[in-house]
Amino acid sequence: MGKQQNIAEAGITGPKVRSDCYVKLELTEKGGIRIDLDSKVKTMYGPSIEQLCCDEIEFFGINNIKLTLKDAGALPFTISARLEAAVKQISDTGKEFIPDMIDENKYPPVRDRFRFSRLYLPGNNPKMMLNAGVHNPDGVILDLEDSVAPLKKMEARLLVRNALRQVNFYGSERMVRINQLPDGLEDLKYIIPHNVHVVLIPKCENALQIKQVEEEISNLINKHKIRQEVFMMPIIETALGVEKAFEIASASEDVVALAIGLEDLTADLGVIRTNEATETLYARTRMVNACKAAGIQAIDSVFSDVGDIEGLRQNVKISRSLGFEGMGCIHPRQISIIHECFAPSKEEIEKAQKIMDAFYLAREKGLGVVALGSKMIDLPVVKRAEKTVNLAVKLGLTRNT
Amino acid sequence: MPETKLIKNAAGRSVPLEINGKPVVPYKGVGKHNAAGAKHGPEIYSCKDFPSDGNKRVGTLMEALKKAGLRDGMTVSTHHHFRNGDLLANQLFDVAKEMGVKDLCWFPSASFPCHEHLIPYLEDGTIHHIEGSMNGALGRFASQGKMKGVGVLRSHGGRYQAVQDGEVKIDIAVIGAACADPFGNANGLYGDSATGLLGFALADSQYADKVIVVTDNMVPFPCVPWQIQGNYVDYTVEVDKLGDPEKIISGTTRITKSPDRLLLAEMTAKFCDETGIIHDGFSFQSGAGGTSLAVGEYFKKIMQEKGIKARFARGGSNKYLVSMLEEGLIDYILDGQTFDLEGVRSMAENPGHVWTSPFTSYNYHGKGNFAGMVDVAILGATEVDINFNANVVTHSDGYLLHGIGGWQNCLFSKTVILPIPLFRDRIPVVIDEVTTLCGPGELIDVIVTERGIAVNPLRTDLLEKLKGSNLPVKSINELKDEAEKICGKPEKAHFDDQIIAVVKWVDGTVLDVVRKVKE
Repeated sequence: MGKQQNIAEAGITGPKVRSDCYVKLELTEKGGIRIDLDSKVKTMYGPSIEQLCCDEIEFFGINNIKLTLKDAGALPFTISARLEAAVKQISDTGKEFIPDMIDENKYPPVRDRFRFSRLYLPGNNPKMMLNAGVHNPDGVILDLEDSVAPLKKMEARLLVRNALRQVNFYGSERMVRINQLPDGLEDLKYIIPHNVHVVLIPKCENALQIKQVEEEISNLINKHKIRQEVFMMPIIETALGVEKAFEIASASEDVVALAIGLEDLTADLGVIRTNEATETLYARTRMVNACKAAGIQAIDSVFSDVGDIEGLRQNVKISRSLGFEGMGCIHPRQISIIHECFAPSKEEIEKAQKIMDAFYLAREKGLGVVALGSKMIDLPVVKRAEKTVNLAVKLGLTRNT
Repeated sequence: MPETKLIKNAAGRSVPLEINGKPVVPYKGVGKHNAAGAKHGPEIYSCKDFPSDGNKRVGTLMEALKKAGLRDGMTVSTHHHFRNGDLLANQLFDVAKEMGVKDLCWFPSASFPCHEHLIPYLEDGTIHHIEGSMNGALGRFASQGKMKGVGVLRSHGGRYQAVQDGEVKIDIAVIGAACADPFGNANGLYGDSATGLLGFALADSQYADKVIVVTDNMVPFPCVPWQIQGNYVDYTVEVDKLGDPEKIISGTTRITKSPDRLLLAEMTAKFCDETGIIHDGFSFQSGAGGTSLAVGEYFKKIMQEKGIKARFARGGSNKYLVSMLEEGLIDYILDGQTFDLEGVRSMAENPGHVWTSPFTSYNYHGKGNFAGMVDVAILGATEVDINFNANVVTHSDGYLLHGIGGWQNCLFSKTVILPIPLFRDRIPVVIDEVTTLCGPGELIDVIVTERGIAVNPLRTDLLEKLKGSNLPVKSINELKDEAEKICGKPEKAHFDDQIIAVVKWVDGTVLDVVRKVKE
């Protein structure tokens, strides 16, 4: 115990806090482990909470301590993370108290999956994580960057680590947004061993940043003998980033998409962000072009007016027309609108099916030319139709043909 | 405390044969108890004993209570249309305290947090016990075993039944009304304390020995419409203020913004659509809870898309329901409790917005009631168990915190759906066995949670209709396991032997008891 500090706190308490807890630790000379538990679920879980805390304190080799725990119905992964965050302030232990990985969370990353919607979840807020997967976003982003206060970064790392293992995200792509480098490289240690699928890298401006992250990921993959890939999604949030979009998009094979962050970008450009977003039209089209040139997905920024569903709908339609293939969400209610608008329309699906029917008919007959009525159809058109039909099947909008 | 004799009722719950010194009948099963005998008959009164000019005004509430003969041990009733803005029940017991009257039984149609004011009167013996919902602070007080007598929890319909059948004999009913005339005709439609209707006071007016109408808006005879008929009334009193308008009626009933609750509402509406419950001319029960309001909005969308309408909506009215009525999506609102000013306005001006009472809607000892005619009721619960039994009065830690309201009565609608979260914070909602039994599982058809929908196996028709559906249909046991996997297996609440309240079934039999929490 090289650290000077004898008292440590972590977590949060207050009348509005739910599904979280507050931990205070005081190292003592003697008396063993003493726990003062104030919990709204004490009747149902009092003994199991105390057992968890004892096990964890013993795991860190602490023999004499007073623990004050104010619990507002936190799940074990949260209590455990808060306690560890406090322990790490009074002890320089290198150990980590890692909860089990639930079976439901063991699914691997998929390079070419749909990324229509990805739901931002503040990395230090356990309550919002619990039901995130139930709303069926394509991806969840556990955010360590802007939504976490500077003093809470360590707490958030531990909470996100535990959430990656214990919270069922119901098949959503498991993403984490790390902090800007170099802090973000430290974040990786807490997430890479825990089946993270995509690392979001904020404020990217050059290929070197991607290389740095790639190298650290690779080190951790080797160290932990991980047998799967970890993908990257750099976020373009500055004018310079926009100019370097292609360089960033093609910096690594594991970059699967670029996202654009319009809040920071408009600040950098010195313009006011509007719902119509004409002020960033150049930046967005330029980034889309860079992504297509590099063969990866282009993902649009979040639409921040949660109450304006119609505005969101218009925004997504424009986004899709520009070539974006997905968008961030900051509220679960945005997910279904985004899915609906990125999905092909009924007319598009019908037309695509007709083209595919004509294509299969031509192939059956051994014809070299595909025709729909009197119109000849080029191969790229067939390819696009195939994509549309596949997408529609996957989204349950049509039967498999 | 004398040994209480307990017997296992048809639901397997140990219940007493006597409550507060009066014999009671243990629950026998749904539809198994046969009511017998005659209804309670109040005394015959004569016009010659009342003012011939119809002016029954007395100066103060105390004067009225004195004239009504308030004395120790009486049962005094109030209604809850003023909800959390009620000042009258509190004033009533202030007067009782001042008069030095003891051991009263308070018989409200429901209590609210504002009635925390009465705790000192429960402590000093002015009030012996409460027969009616005990919410928040009053429930906690009772759960700590501090109430002198045993509380009796009834549904709105059960309250009417108990009064009608003479199980509860009301000595003095104090009926607050937003508008009344000196004869005692009264309604809740006009005035600063408008509540819409006064249906919860109907039984009290019909069967109480003495009836006092209190208003802060006295108008010359006749006060129309007379939701309460002056012919039942003994005394009328004018006061400055009956209630706190902002707390009586919400000016802003709001649909929930919680994404999780909206998801529950959306799943519930989809379920009703896919199973054909939503059809032209259907009917639904509607509440004022955020989730319930949201279900109504999803119903509206589906009805608009299909170009169909509902024959009636039963339950609490609010601006969303009113807009459906005005847009022609519902023919009638059968209103049991008006929740916002739009509801009050609509009831006053729209003949399709009809006020009802626990007699028309819920009374089990009548020749039928409206609740059974409703196609679908969407209700809440604090706990549901693997036998579809549900609890609405206690929490898993054992504390009594809510009343039954119309919940038990609504279980008789054709399909009962409970949209509930699988767990709240760390508290599982779907569990092995409910802490307190309020509704038998055979009447509860569907549990909608964010992680899956469980259909009661008795409803093979619904299960058949769901074949090939994309909805996440699971068994109730699967839901329970999932809740336990996330939260851990909960330990049961610890109780002392002391019974602090009983839960009555709609037919007056004793369904379950609530015991003192071990602290």
